[in-house]
Amino acid sequence: MKKDPKDQLSNYEYQFIGKPVPRHDAWDKVFGRTKYADDFDMPGMLFGKVLRSSYPAAKILSIDTSGAEKMPGVAAVLTAKDVPNNETVTRFGQTHQVGGFEGLYRVLADKKVRFMGEAVALVAAETEEIAEEALARIKVEYEQLPGVFDPLEAMNPDAYQVGEGDSNIICNYQVRKGDVKEGFSRSHVVVENTYRVPFVEHAFLEPESGIAWIDDSEIITIRVSTQVIEHFRDVADVLGIPHNKVRVIAPMVGGGFGSKEDITVETFLALLTWKTGKPVKMTWTREGSIISSSKRHPYVMKYKTGATRDGKLMAMEAQLISDAGAHVYLSPWVLLYSTVDATGPYDIPNVKVDSYTVLTNNTFTSANRGFGAPQVCFAYESQMDELARRLSLSPLEIRKRNYLRKGDALATGRVLEYGVETEKTAIKALEALGEPSMPSSPTEKIGQGLASGMMSYGRMTFLHDTSRSYVGIELDGSVTVRCGVQDIGGGQASSLASIAAEILGVPMEEIKVFIGDTALTPIAGTTTATRMLYMSGNATLKAATEVKKSLLPKAAEMLEASPEDLVFRDKKVFVRGAPARAIPLADVVKACAADGVQLYNVAQFNAPFRELIDFKTGQGQVFPDFTFGSHAVEVAVDTETGKVRVLKLVACYDVGQAINPLSAEGQIEGGALYGLGYALTEEVILDKGITLTPSFSEYLVPTSVDAPHVKTIMLESRDGAGPFGAKGIGEPSCNSIAPAVANAVANAIGARILDLPLTPEKILRSLQKL
Amino acid sequence: MATYKLELKLNGEKLSAQVLAHENLLSVMRNKLGAKEVKNGCNKGDCGACAVLLDGKAVNACLTLALQANGKEVTTVKGIGTEDQPHPLQESFVRHGAIQCGFCTPGMIVSSKALLDTIPNPDRRQIREGISGNLCRCTGYNKIVEAIEDAALKRKS
Repeated sequence: MKKDPKDQLSNYEYQFIGKPVPRHDAWDKVFGRTKYADDFDMPGMLFGKVLRSSYPAAKILSIDTSGAEKMPGVAAVLTAKDVPNNETVTRFGQTHQVGGFEGLYRVLADKKVRFMGEAVALVAAETEEIAEEALARIKVEYEQLPGVFDPLEAMNPDAYQVGEGDSNIICNYQVRKGDVKEGFSRSHVVVENTYRVPFVEHAFLEPESGIAWIDDSEIITIRVSTQVIEHFRDVADVLGIPHNKVRVIAPMVGGGFGSKEDITVETFLALLTWKTGKPVKMTWTREGSIISSSKRHPYVMKYKTGATRDGKLMAMEAQLISDAGAHVYLSPWVLLYSTVDATGPYDIPNVKVDSYTVLTNNTFTSANRGFGAPQVCFAYESQMDELARRLSLSPLEIRKRNYLRKGDALATGRVLEYGVETEKTAIKALEALGEPSMPSSPTEKIGQGLASGMMSYGRMTFLHDTSRSYVGIELDGSVTVRCGVQDIGGGQASSLASIAAEILGVPMEEIKVFIGDTALTPIAGTTTATRMLYMSGNATLKAATEVKKSLLPKAAEMLEASPEDLVFRDKKVFVRGAPARAIPLADVVKACAADGVQLYNVAQFNAPFRELIDFKTGQGQVFPDFTFGSHAVEVAVDTETGKVRVLKLVACYDVGQAINPLSAEGQIEGGALYGLGYALTEEVILDKGITLTPSFSEYLVPTSVDAPHVKTIMLESRDGAGPFGAKGIGEPSCNSIAPAVANAVANAIGARILDLPLTPEKILRSLQKL
Repeated sequence: MATYKLELKLNGEKLSAQVLAHENLLSVMRNKLGAKEVKNGCNKGDCGACAVLLDGKAVNACLTLALQANGKEVTTVKGIGTEDQPHPLQESFVRHGAIQCGFCTPGMIVSSKALLDTIPNPDRRQIREGISGNLCRCTGYNKIVEAIEDAALKRKS
């Protein structure tokens, strides 16, 4: 553990919380025993495949499936007309310029295709090869349409219409605070730039996959790699059957990063198994996954920031335009995150933000680790360094003069009621970075960069988020937790075991956590929005505490002590200060059972419930709380080749309280590298809607040799809204790395690059060598 | 299509299967030999999730024709160690928190084993090179590198 002793409060003495214990799922994974979605077979199962659109924008004139249907071994061929409810519409809200906005989910393309890779037809066959051949025999007649691929172009009133509406603009938000004109007039320097960030692929290692079957009581059961088992409702709605006739099971997920938040294979599998009566498996190829799954939103961001001579921020004006791609999905919410986060962790008296998300015929965009926060972080942190340069202040100094502190309000009026340690994270990150290294060649230049970021954890408060968890103690003293979490690799399940272990004094290995099954585990909500520890951790803490409470009177009676003097530890109940007076926990449980004491509890945790904010001014509370932190990096830029090497990378984030430091550090390290790819190499390149980077040969995620050793500094303010004062770290951990790299590169070469990723070409161009 | 008899030793056990000439080892391992611990991340040699030892040498099973393994010994993560007899690498991965989603883990352990078999005391640069064919999207590689380094030390002592 790398903890600063100054940040430790000595009166917290936990047995499991904050201890680097091996995760309960790690042993299965290291012996190759964990069964992911595609590892599960059923006798007589069919293989499902998807026919995808050949064009990014086209009318479907006709579909002839007869050739495929005639093939021996083909069990079903489905098109839009075979889907009971092919469309569902989510109403999001109302924004004043654009009006009501809604998200259309269409299972299979009908009459019109909006992007390359959109599903047009489904096949189920006895073998994968037959299914593949059947796809080739489906004849689709298209009439190509011009399409629109640039969000700025798509905003024009006379632009090609991607959907069926009369505008490509899905929604817009505004934040208004103070008077920016006045603020700029009182500024000594004003920096104005336009930043661009690309499409990003999630690049989880496990492609989308699942298997569905109809069980012996006619329940459509889907075992699927997902972040959201609650899509069982959407699947039932598509089939037109009651919600309780669909069961979704999530096994361990081989990475999600947001892309398994939307429906992937679930509805396709349900339709094919419902049509054929047989089990059906579907796993996408890597290429199929990259072409057809969601991407991170590209943004065009115009920023104007003004500050006084002594570096106090006076005004910020931002216009954000995001490319939603061909379907709405979560674009309005991603945009709202960007809008609220647009000013960063800074106190700015005058703010004006206008944001838009726009349909195009590109691959659709939706959730991706950070959910709209990293895009704006790149922009506002680049602006901060430009201001610092113009004012001859150090990057740290200008930030210190403007950081928000606990009790301050965001531009949206929301007062920060939990820990805000941004300044401390920046100081520590820079300290750990140390003195600049020496260049290794005459053409190499060294630069250092700093960036801070903030991102929420927990869902938007007007969604009225809840989670439930069951904790029960068995007659032998072992503990069962049932909680509908999806474990996507962050240790979501194991952290619940840590919490139950702490409260009930039972070793981790005697706690079994059952997860991710809509039939058997209490619904816990989505593994998204960095919410699982906050929501289900709190629910589990509550349930475990209730179970302990119900055991206390009997234990007190048996030990002839007062209940408040009892300690639960090592599967025993002790009298505080008299360790010899102890009885096995199992004896207490048995005695309670004989007395009819309830040995389990199902607790629900509710996040704060707020109403929809005012989209004209942005005023109101959108999030429960935020996680703050900083990245500091040192780069070596080769001015001949334009290549950037990251020599040092320090990540310092306030995690509130690490439940398991191994897992929390793992998030910070993984998040840093996720963000480093965003900074340097990752870009899904689309040429008029056609993906030019459909594999890991073209789409470059960092390998072990590209990655520097990440130095992690974990602060623990113990001042978060999660259990034991924890904050969420999964997504915030990748937030500020790209601007830190951009700032380091600018520091090295004396020129600022405004577009991610920072490729050698862009660097050479900025050095006027190309 | 004509099929051919493939005979190999999988984690010490003699097995056989009828395979097509063009079938890759990954597909045969997963679909005909029940070795689901060999993961399919890309099926074209980019990610390393399907790495196995073929007569002790690490290969991507997706880039190996099944028949190239005929008469040979194939070792997966399950053959490297078990719960009763874990390999130092497996213990070290768990202890260091080098595992998150776990999908890259079987291939990562196979490549690490191949590395330590060739270079028993690698430095960090050699470790990073040794696993550079295995993508991990979760961990940032820090804890994996530390786990391998530690396992090498443990094995030495």
